Amino acid sequence: MSINTKKGIPEGIWSKCAACGEVIFQKEFFAGYKVCPGCSFHYPLSAHERLDTLLDMGTFRELDANMTSANPLAFVGNKPYEESLEASVANTGLKEAVVTGYGKLNARTVVIAVMDFRFIGGSMGSVVGEKITRAIEYAAKKHAPLIIVAASGGARMQEGMFSLAQMAKTSAALGKLADKHVPYISIMTHPTTGGVTASFPALADIIIAEPGALIGFTGARVIEDTLKEKLPDGFQTAEFMLEHGMVDMVVERKEIKGEIAALLDMFQMGAAGRPQATLSVGDIVPGADVARKMQKSMQTGVKKSAKNIKTQVKRLQGK
Amino acid sequence: MLDFEKHIEDMEKRLDELKRLSAGSKEDLSLEIDELERQLAEHKTKVYSQLTPWQRVQIARHPDRPQTRDFIEMIFHDFIELHGDRLYGDDAAIVGGPAFLDGRAVMVIGQHKGHTTRERVTCNFGSPHPEGYRKALRLMKLAEKFNLPVITFIDTQGAYPGVGAEERGQAWAIADNLMRMSQLRVPIVAVNIAEGGSGGALALGVADRLLMLENAWYSVISPEGCASILYKDAAKAPEAAESLKMTADALYKNGIVDEVVPEPVGGAHRAPNATAENLHAALNRALEEISASPVGTMLDLRYAKLRAIGAFEEPQPTPQ
Repeated sequence: MSINTKKGIPEGIWSKCAACGEVIFQKEFFAGYKVCPGCSFHYPLSAHERLDTLLDMGTFRELDANMTSANPLAFVGNKPYEESLEASVANTGLKEAVVTGYGKLNARTVVIAVMDFRFIGGSMGSVVGEKITRAIEYAAKKHAPLIIVAASGGARMQEGMFSLAQMAKTSAALGKLADKHVPYISIMTHPTTGGVTASFPALADIIIAEPGALIGFTGARVIEDTLKEKLPDGFQTAEFMLEHGMVDMVVERKEIKGEIAALLDMFQMGAAGRPQATLSVGDIVPGADVARKMQKSMQTGVKKSAKNIKTQVKRLQGK
Repeated sequence: MLDFEKHIEDMEKRLDELKRLSAGSKEDLSLEIDELERQLAEHKTKVYSQLTPWQRVQIARHPDRPQTRDFIEMIFHDFIELHGDRLYGDDAAIVGGPAFLDGRAVMVIGQHKGHTTRERVTCNFGSPHPEGYRKALRLMKLAEKFNLPVITFIDTQGAYPGVGAEERGQAWAIADNLMRMSQLRVPIVAVNIAEGGSGGALALGVADRLLMLENAWYSVISPEGCASILYKDAAKAPEAAESLKMTADALYKNGIVDEVVPEPVGGAHRAPNATAENLHAALNRALEEISASPVGTMLDLRYAKLRAIGAFEEPQPTPQ
């Protein structure tokens, strides 16, 4: 699992942070949205965990939930594309690497798309591109603010040019959204890299990055191989991108929701007289409290990605 | 010389030799010469009609293949090169400026790799930095202001992989081009003349018409990159080139590319002028077609074209 259970302490109560080694109280860990209270390391979230951190409880309505990938190139490679898809479906319970829909953020109706890195590295193929484009178009149609949370290694290689074309498709849709003066907030989480970065995540009115997130275009190893030199410390982190003027702010996970609400209020005030959001969320579905829900999903889903997380932690620590 | 060109080269040498002998002797060698010429033509047709994707990649990378500056020279006249992004610098990996295409003033922009070692180093082998993409966008906005159609030439293995490129927002520069090209209020024709490496190529590739020279490749990842990820072995690039469906004819069949511009037998490097003539005609044709629509319709069609690409299954769509 993502955090190690300390010997002699019953599993599920105390754990050891894989980043700093500190023993942490799990309840506190989940209540803090999977951020280590000791070192503030931001553990990856699944798409649904992320939705829980951003939307008011029980308000999420999913769109385009039934869309699944085809195999347009009949791609085989080292294993058939269908096998990779099936494995990701089994591992995540998702149908693709993005979940889209709408809901309420501190009582404001927003359209939202959240990527899930566990699904073939959060790569963007036709389904991710189409669902995100539809979410953008839906936000434009309903004049509802748009939030997209990126977590992606890049384009979906197995779909070849169909995949690359999604960059142009999502970017074109955002051009139309901008013409309507509908706010778009992009959240770059660990990792936001490759061709995906060079499309919708970079084209927002406001870009928020999570602390320590890997953000960039070309992979660090490729750059190292080309330049034959060691890269500077902290290269391609959220903080590096802030320093170079590429993101507006680096915000702790727990603060992101409030930050978005404050921004939307200000933009809303300036937009008086423009068309208002015409999207309402129906009855609120009663749900468990966020921390408890996260603990459950942690127990069911995240164990499988433990190795992955350790690698990410090492990478973030520059090891 | 490429592997599969070796036998052709040998036959051509033998033919030259025969012709030379024939000229200097009383013996009539015309029958032998005719026969060899026939065999050569047959062999060429056979080889070039059965090229594998990897062989096409070799042709696309041939050092003598005409590049952006060569095509500008052969197709346009009175090209005036403009420089700089007005933000940071001037990137030699992208050239651009206004020129005449026959009677029509246009803005031509393209990645240029360079022929000599020195030129290649100056151009970073055709891999642009953010300032290159920003220069391209500046020239496109200039074209829009003065109502000039835009013609772009794609020829890059990818955006430049470097620390400076990341610091100056490579991803941001590319994304900006994608969005703004989708809304540019003048016709855009993009031509992939050789290599189309991923996002670095796409950043000049959002267009009303996407043309591709017959032996060019266009892909989400280079065959070597794909092979090293899939097989941990870049030497398996030929297999990856096959899987990625990256050739002009495959992309035409998949609806990604609008037109394949033929190259004379043997590839553009063997007949640059004839290739340029084909491209010249194709550009005029494309501009005629696009200009037939009013600007609003043109933009709607451009969006519809970008919007339509994708392959997925959806049993029960969400009603909106």
